[in-house]
Formats: sequence, C-alpha cells, structure tokens
Amino acid sequence: MSKKQKMSGAETFVECLNKEHVEVIFGLPGGAVLPVYDELYDSDIRHILVRHEQAAAHAADGYARATGRVGVCMATSGPGATNLVTGLANAYMDSVPMVAFTGQVPTTMIGNDAFQEANITGITLPITKHNYLVKDAKMLPNIMREAFYIASTGRPGPVLVDLPKDVQTEEITFEYPKNIKLRGYKPTSKGHPLQIKRAAKAIMEAERPIIYAGGGVVISGAHAELLALAETLMAPVTTTLLGIGAFPGTHPLSLGMVGMHGTKYANYAMTESDLIIAVGARFDDRVTGRLDGFAPNAKVIHIDIDAAEISKNVAAHIPIVGDAKNILTELIKEIKRKPKSKWNEKIEKWQKEFPLEYDRKSKEIKPQYVVEQIYDMCPDAIITTEVGQNQMWAAQYFKYTKPRTFITSGGLGTMGYGFPAAIGAKVGCPDKTVIDIAGDGSFQMNSQELATAVINDIPVKVAILNNKFLGMVRQWQELFYDKRYSATRLDTSPDFTKLAEAYGALGIEVTKPGEVRDAIKEALASDKPVVIDFKVTPEENVFPMVPAGAAINEVIDYGGKI
Amino acid sequence: MKHTLSVLVENKSGVLARVSGLFSRRGFNIDSLAVGVTENPEISRMTIVVEGDDRILEQVIKQLNKLIDVIKVSDIKPESSIDRELALIKVEAGPKERSEVMQIADIFRAKIIDVGTKTFVIEITGDVSKINAMTDLLRRFGIKEMVRTGKVSMLRGIKAAREE
Repeated sequence: MSKKQKMSGAETFVECLNKEHVEVIFGLPGGAVLPVYDELYDSDIRHILVRHEQAAAHAADGYARATGRVGVCMATSGPGATNLVTGLANAYMDSVPMVAFTGQVPTTMIGNDAFQEANITGITLPITKHNYLVKDAKMLPNIMREAFYIASTGRPGPVLVDLPKDVQTEEITFEYPKNIKLRGYKPTSKGHPLQIKRAAKAIMEAERPIIYAGGGVVISGAHAELLALAETLMAPVTTTLLGIGAFPGTHPLSLGMVGMHGTKYANYAMTESDLIIAVGARFDDRVTGRLDGFAPNAKVIHIDIDAAEISKNVAAHIPIVGDAKNILTELIKEIKRKPKSKWNEKIEKWQKEFPLEYDRKSKEIKPQYVVEQIYDMCPDAIITTEVGQNQMWAAQYFKYTKPRTFITSGGLGTMGYGFPAAIGAKVGCPDKTVIDIAGDGSFQMNSQELATAVINDIPVKVAILNNKFLGMVRQWQELFYDKRYSATRLDTSPDFTKLAEAYGALGIEVTKPGEVRDAIKEALASDKPVVIDFKVTPEENVFPMVPAGAAINEVIDYGGKI
Repeated sequence: MKHTLSVLVENKSGVLARVSGLFSRRGFNIDSLAVGVTENPEISRMTIVVEGDDRILEQVIKQLNKLIDVIKVSDIKPESSIDRELALIKVEAGPKERSEVMQIADIFRAKIIDVGTKTFVIEITGDVSKINAMTDLLRRFGIKEMVRTGKVSMLRGIKAAREE
C-alpha cells in the first residue's frame, strides 16, 4: 500500500491491523462495530467469535502470554465494552500486551446517554496502560500505531481504543506513520552501568544470596541469562507465581514458588538470605507476607523495567531500572564463578526435610495426584489455571521447565480466566497441548466458551479438580472461621460430562485414583475439546500456607491447623 | 509535608482526569492544582501541591511519569523557586468599615476591583502565606465569597522545568 488512497475508517482499521501483523482477533460484534465487522468479513485476519466478551479479553491475554505477541480483542459499545473490563484489569495487573477495540456511539451522540453508550475510556482509565477515544478518523493510523507500540514495549500492558461508529465510516487518506512521536513515553531498557557494577560487587560479597524471579523475566525473554546467573553464582532461585517457567523447576537450584503457598524451603531461604536479587518481580503481598518479617537481614538488588515498582513495597538498596535481559547480560560479565557453599548445603537440607507433601496412599482422588499425573504424561504442555486451590496445586505439583508454559491470573486473581486463556494459548500455539487446570467453581464462570472451542476446532483440555466447593474460600473458612461454610458449597453443579457433551465436546468422569491416568490418556488422544471431571477429596487444603498477616517463615504444614 | 510538583502534560482532553484519577486511586492527597497552557500550545503545565512524606512523593512522581500523556515531572523546591497564587475575595464593607478594608488592601498591595453598596471585591496576588494572612485579617468583616487559583511555581534563574 505505497500510494496514498482513500479509505473508510473501518478499512483503515483493518489495514492497520495488517501492518501490525495481527493474525487473530477474539471478539463479539454489535451495532456500534458493524462497519468494522463488515470489513473483517473480507479480511484474512482470523476472527474467533466468543460467547461472552470477558472470554475475548482473557483469550487475547492467553494468546499474548503463550506467544509473546500482542493479543487483540474486540467488542461493541456499552455492555460489550464493559464486559471486557475484568479482562483488561487482569491483563493490566499481570503486564500482558493486549489491544482492545470497542465500538462507540457516533461522536455526535457521545455524552447523551445514547443506546448502548458507556464511557469506556473513563471506566478503563485505571486498568489500562493507556486508552484512546478516536474522535476523528484521520487520527486513527497514528493511534493504532501508538496503541500496539505502547502495549508491547516497556512494561507491557493493555491499551484500549474506542471507535465511534461515524469514525468507522468516515473517509480518510490512508498513510501508516513510519515514526511514533510520544514525548511522554520513553521506556528505559538499558540498566545504569554504575548500578550494575554496584550490584555485582554486592553479589560477590554476599554469603547467602537468593534470586527472586518474577514475570518480568518471562516477558523479557531473560530465562537463559537467569540460568547462567544462577549457575555462575550457585545461587538458589525462587520465583513468583508469574515467574514460574522462568527457571527450570527441575533444576537443582530451583526452590519453586515463594510466598503464601510457596515451598517451605523457598520461604526459609528468602528469610535467611543476606542478598535478594529481584528480577522482574514486584514484592507483592502474597510473596512478602508481613513486611517487617520479610528477609530482615537482606540487602535488595531490584531489577525492574518499571521505576515505580522500585522501593514501592520493599526498600531497594541497589535499584536497576531497565529490561531484565539487557541487565542480566551485563551483570553476568561483571561477576565471577562461585563454588558451592554452606548456604547451598543448608538449603539442600531444607529441601530434603520439607518437601511438598500430601496423602499419597489415599483411596480418594487427591487433586495434587491429578496434577502430578498430568505432568508425568505431558511435561511439555502449556498449563493454564483458574484461580484458587486448583491454581496453587498447578503451581506446586507441575514442574515447568520453559517460559510461557504456565499461564495464570496472578495479580487480579480472576476466576474464569483459565479456560478462555487456554483457548487463546491454543490458537497461538496450535502444536502444543494446552490444558486448563480448573476448579468446579471457576470453570462455571466461563464454561459457555465450550461452544467457542468446539465450533472453532480449538481442542483444549479442561481438568476440573471437582471438590464441590469454592475450595480456597472454604479452606479459609475451615482454618479461620470455625468451618462455617458460608456460601461456598457447590453441590448443585451440573454434570460436567453432560455439559461438555451438550456442546459437542468430550466429557470424562473420573471417580477413582486408578482411573486418573486412563482419563488423561483418553483426553490427550482425542482431537476434540475435552472436559475431565475429577471427583477429588472435597475438603483437601493447599499447604504449605502462610496465614494472612504472618511472616513467610511462619508456615502451616500439610494437615496443619491454626 | 507539602511538596510542589510542576507537571508538563500533553494539552489534550482527558489528561486532567488521568492525573486526578491517579491521585485518588493511589490514595495521594492533592492540596491544590492549577492548570494552564505553556509557551508551547501543545503542552500544558499543572502545578500540583501534594501532601506527604518523601516516600509518598517518590511514588507520586514515578506514577505520574508512567502516564503516557505526562511529559515531565519536576519537584520544585521552595528555596530555588518563586510561587504565586491569585485570590478574589468578596468582603462585607459597609460605610463604617470601608476605609479600614481599603487600608488593609493597600498594605497587602491588593486591588479593589469591584465596589458594591455593601461589599468590595479584592484581588490579591502573592505567595500562599500572604493570601492567608490577608484573609485572616478580613475575616472579621465577613468574607462572603472567595476564589483561589491554587499555587503556580517557577524555578528562579535560567533553569526551567521544561521538556528537554
């Protein structure tokens, strides 16, 4: 498209998507986006029709996390747009590159409480990295270019573009901008050399270092550098929930996840360390526990691309702002190999003493057992999760060895995320096995997407750890509210096998531990979307657990009570 | 402690909402906020007075910098800056009080810009403490209405809090 030519706003929109190499949109049409959908009808861009807009946002999010590319979703004005809100907040909290498009009433009607009008740019102001209301089609090419640029650079995040209907039909002369002029947006990517030198010095002096890796390592693609850093220093590595996969879970230096449901040895190591090397992590309250009990003797090196995360929760002694991959590359040049130390031995002792445990001899299906069998039978799968107990067991009992293979709603904790995210991940990575480890509560929040998966031939597998409860809330009620199970019983759930079949998916019910592996095998062999309903121990709890308000070394062990 | 921030922003609709929304959702308190266009018509300047310790101030500045439409944030220190505020004060001034009110206005180098049968409107410009001092003095006559612009600040000398 070298020559300038006249186009409508909707044509411009599709042309811009082509320029940004968008291959798929997750969406649901409506009156205010009709011109755009009319253009998409002739376009090569794949459109996946969801059954609820929230799923469009989560699918775009899952696609982005699995591939590293920008996920795109679309909805109409008003209720369509507001249905995206949870998905946007979710992507914002977890720094997911996403661009959401919404229809809007014509510019002449904005502010008049027109039919299906909602001030979506106002509503999403605090939950997007940036947003735009396109008031003039001439602004559209610039805005489209900026939206994808902002979403995918620096600390990534969702950007929303609101498209009034008259802007979609207005004729303009199309020209895609070569350059972006954003004087207020210049993300730092290179770390300050002096700070890197200071960090290297502190690292070489440290006796009990620990690497604390977050989602930033995955986003930056710094996993190889992280591995090199850890092996050079013989430093143990613990990750946040979103950092899972940034470091191989099978590596001898891996301590697994830290924090509320982290391993005991990760929490002990964090508490006793004299130097925390934080990479792309933000010291979330689920990680730190009570702040004054958090790693009381540790210096903190904090590497993050977002300056606002530095010293927000935990004071950093040596902050380095920039891209994790760049900084780790430079940092490795400044450090020397360290031998195995007493610190390593101490941690190995903890690892032997406090392994993750559950009742392996039980006659009931234990949810942890299900996750272990899934890992055993397809260790290379992409796992998505819902939120709650299922999420924690999926984090604890599956050993992730590669980045972008564990996809979960961390910051916002959105139930109903995992299934649509699995659909998005499978669309982005069609050759991979994608499994949503779900709970019976969470799955019902977006189970209507079985239609999307079946009709679009997206064969994701859903493993429901069905305990007939809102499990994590029930666990808190058991431990902290005298087992008063207020509003957490789900014993009136539908028959998930029949539900799957009603949509044309395969449903498998599993009631005995001996049937678990056969069911997984059958699910993997099927070319359809599959729902496996594992009837697990209803009142199983997630351990270890750090109660709210406790320090992270104040751990309740398996079977423990308050 | 009060801090004055000079914030350069894109002169676009919605920017004020982005900035003020950020303050409210992060729990920062705005003492005053003044906005106007700069020497460049595409850029506006906000002078924001914010209450908080150094830790809060650091977060405010970093969070402001994250907004795409914020071009630059400068922390204006009182020792290296001049600041002014303008206030319009409608004060009750009957025949008996007139001369005294005029004298007070004169001492503060304020102007009387409107005269009614029972009121004066006084325009005063100065730093915040000067305006506070005068309003304290006028209070006993009865202040019927007051409008203040909020503080605006500028660095002394050749230094400028502008886009580089």
